[in-house]
Amino acid sequence: MADLTSDFVGIRSPNPFWLASAPPTDKEYNVRRAFEAGWGGVVWKTLGAEGPPIVNVNGPRYGVVHGADRRVLGLNNIELITDRPLEVNLEEIARVKADYPDRALVVSIMVPCEEAAWKAILPRVAETGADGIELNFGCPHGMSERGMGSAVGQVPEYIEMVTRWCKQHYDKPVIVKLTPNITDIRYPARAAKNGGADAVSLINTVSSITSVNLDTFSPEPSIDGKGSHGGYCGPAVKPIALNMVAEIARDPEMKGLPISGIGGVTTWRDAAEFMALGAGNVQVCTAAMTYGFKVVQEMIAGLSDWMNRNGHGTVSDVVGRAVPNVTDWQYLNLNYVAKAKIDQEACIKCGRCFAVCEDTSHQAIVMGPERVFEVDDAECVACNLCVDVCPVEDCISMVQVAPGEVDPRTGKTVDAAYGNWTMHPNNPLSKAAE
Amino acid sequence: MAMRNRAPGIVPGRLSDDDLAVNFGDLHPAYAAHEASVAADRCYFCHDAPCVTACPTGIDIPLFIREIQTGVPEAAARTIFDQNILGGMCARVCPTETLCEEACVRQAAEGKPVEIGRLQRYATDTLMRTGTHPFTRAAPTGKTVAVVGAGPAGLACAHRLALLGHDVVIHEARAKPGGLNEFGIAAYKSTDGFAAAEVDWLLKIGGIRIEPGQALGQGLTLDGLVAGFDAVFLSVGLAGVNALRAEGAAKAGVVPAVDFIAGLRQAQDLSTLPIGRDVVVIGGGMTAVDAAVQSRLLGAETVTMAYRRDQAAMGASQFEQDLAASKGVRLMFNVTPVSVHGNGSVAEVELAYTETRDGALVETGETVRLPADQVFVAIGQTLGDLPGGLDLDGGKIAVTGAGRTSVPGVWAGGDCASGGEDLTVTAVAEGRDAAMDIHSMLSA
Repeated sequence: MADLTSDFVGIRSPNPFWLASAPPTDKEYNVRRAFEAGWGGVVWKTLGAEGPPIVNVNGPRYGVVHGADRRVLGLNNIELITDRPLEVNLEEIARVKADYPDRALVVSIMVPCEEAAWKAILPRVAETGADGIELNFGCPHGMSERGMGSAVGQVPEYIEMVTRWCKQHYDKPVIVKLTPNITDIRYPARAAKNGGADAVSLINTVSSITSVNLDTFSPEPSIDGKGSHGGYCGPAVKPIALNMVAEIARDPEMKGLPISGIGGVTTWRDAAEFMALGAGNVQVCTAAMTYGFKVVQEMIAGLSDWMNRNGHGTVSDVVGRAVPNVTDWQYLNLNYVAKAKIDQEACIKCGRCFAVCEDTSHQAIVMGPERVFEVDDAECVACNLCVDVCPVEDCISMVQVAPGEVDPRTGKTVDAAYGNWTMHPNNPLSKAAE
Repeated sequence: MAMRNRAPGIVPGRLSDDDLAVNFGDLHPAYAAHEASVAADRCYFCHDAPCVTACPTGIDIPLFIREIQTGVPEAAARTIFDQNILGGMCARVCPTETLCEEACVRQAAEGKPVEIGRLQRYATDTLMRTGTHPFTRAAPTGKTVAVVGAGPAGLACAHRLALLGHDVVIHEARAKPGGLNEFGIAAYKSTDGFAAAEVDWLLKIGGIRIEPGQALGQGLTLDGLVAGFDAVFLSVGLAGVNALRAEGAAKAGVVPAVDFIAGLRQAQDLSTLPIGRDVVVIGGGMTAVDAAVQSRLLGAETVTMAYRRDQAAMGASQFEQDLAASKGVRLMFNVTPVSVHGNGSVAEVELAYTETRDGALVETGETVRLPADQVFVAIGQTLGDLPGGLDLDGGKIAVTGAGRTSVPGVWAGGDCASGGEDLTVTAVAEGRDAAMDIHSMLSA
């Protein structure tokens, strides 16, 4: 049986599924319910400095992007960090941790970019017995206008500085949560590492406007006729998050830096993909905010089944397995040739492959009598669009043209040797062009 | 069912008013908005979609479903009405299971097609509820066309001609327009007076005058119409019925199924409509099913459909057969009526068993008697009397191209014309196409 036990920067949890710092982890009541439902860990909703609590809007906080049947594809929020008094949160954290010693409980913190502010809060968090802290350098709305959240996360020097303060004034693991609202995720990640971070977690939410009300012309969510950009999350952001996780995982400068993967994890499969790309564990929010805490049971069962089927004994056996296969475009093998192949038995004759290939690609699908759709290998560039739009799973596949055979499109024999752009004669910088 | 009157003979009020109201409610209730959006999401927006090919009127089904998906059902309705002005009725009565929905690729994929008919109804109902008419007439052409028969073909032809700026006079034999939409078709497919409301809505195009109580041979002559109008379109339907050729077929209680259905459709109060306790329907087509099912719904205790060939040959679709069976109709195959027994009124029907030998249907010699106090005959309809001069083809008015008859200036479409299935949607297509042909002739 697969062992789902997770050890992330020394923080142990019965499974690698943590709830991310977000509305679901704002108070004791929710967190207890989450632990009862089976979540391995929780990152408590971000605490701010002592003083008058944060104020939230009193109109809608969330916007949504729906797919078919109102399935939630993405949420956007303009909620700020916890709006409850610091003391109340700290008391609750201590109580919950005492009652659930086997679960991970990490506290998210966001205070002004001054050492005194961090120095003031860190000992109080330490007193709760929480397992570690996560620095919220990510929220793109509200707090960023006050010089916190993503305003810090967008300046690597600040990240490094604050991380260093935290490592000085706190002796348990420090996780730095990164914003995706930057151009190259490696710079803030390296800054966190240089500051001494034990790990990074990513991504925080993506700056976004989910929709516009076409009657009132107000962005949604609308507060008295006005809207503000929020933070986008959920399945829609997963590809962005996967790439950023991989960028860090394969960066030689950050070798060995643990990553907590966040961004649209909705099923066990998403979690496994994040871990394969280098995440030591995953954090989940939108799936819980869409379906409730019970979804973790599917995640646990699914991950466990997959690991069993594939002989992965422990979570660490999976982590990073896909990282060596992430490369730069210039190193992709240009001598690998494939052609689309349509399984006529499986085809339901919708013709979508034909429509998209004919209108938007390479005119490589031929529509014959009786709506038989066939690939013209002489035109097919193996772009994969037909595979992507086909409503039938596995009906169209990409089949490799074996080395030694002639590609009817180019008239050239497929080369068995690996050959990439750096070696290609058309590349002016090609090393193998001579 | 609280009460069931099992009195013998043909009597009214076998069921309570409440039961009748339930029984004759909508067969396919209208979608709520969310149901429609979920159903619409299933459409794959196929290229050169098979459903469109399967639709006799060629409605752009993927486009109208996408318009429902994106929250503009009125635009969806216009897409439908562009091709089929009776799209509202067709959404209710089309045998979609043998047309668009049979062709749906999700039928091939999962055995569960996109529910095109119900989506079409959602779109058309949404627009028609607004009370507006989505088309505007072209400038008057000064041409006038006579249409004979205000059924689906005639109405579709008249609407398209009016749209194009021609004036139309529809001569209708009955007191009310609508044809089989009004007088045929099972009541549970067209509830709440939809057929009449649809005609009223269609006439909002303007330029169409309906003259009731007029038919060929009853005040009208083809020569007179040809002389008095710029073109003539015949959509007279099938006025005659094939008679039952069995001993004793003239006994009381043996009636054409179409008469029973027409009476039912026009009844103000179903509890006053008499129905037999034991009903036998002769025939295997849609009309037979409509008569049989409605007999059960009115409270007949036993209803049997007797069809002379095997199930595969039956005209009624599998859906219709299943519907009949689900309502408690007994389907008998390979039986043909040989005798109607009874003293003045029918009391029993004697059926002979049949089989196919060397390609011919023959009686086996065995017979069975079924109790029957009412027999509905649904073994096909005929053209009835028509003025001379029109060539016929297989008992129907021979047409070529877009409904051109052998008489210059005279077109025909719908059930009375050769070619095509006898379906509302086919009639609409033929009426529309004839109108376009008439228009091009008048514009030349």
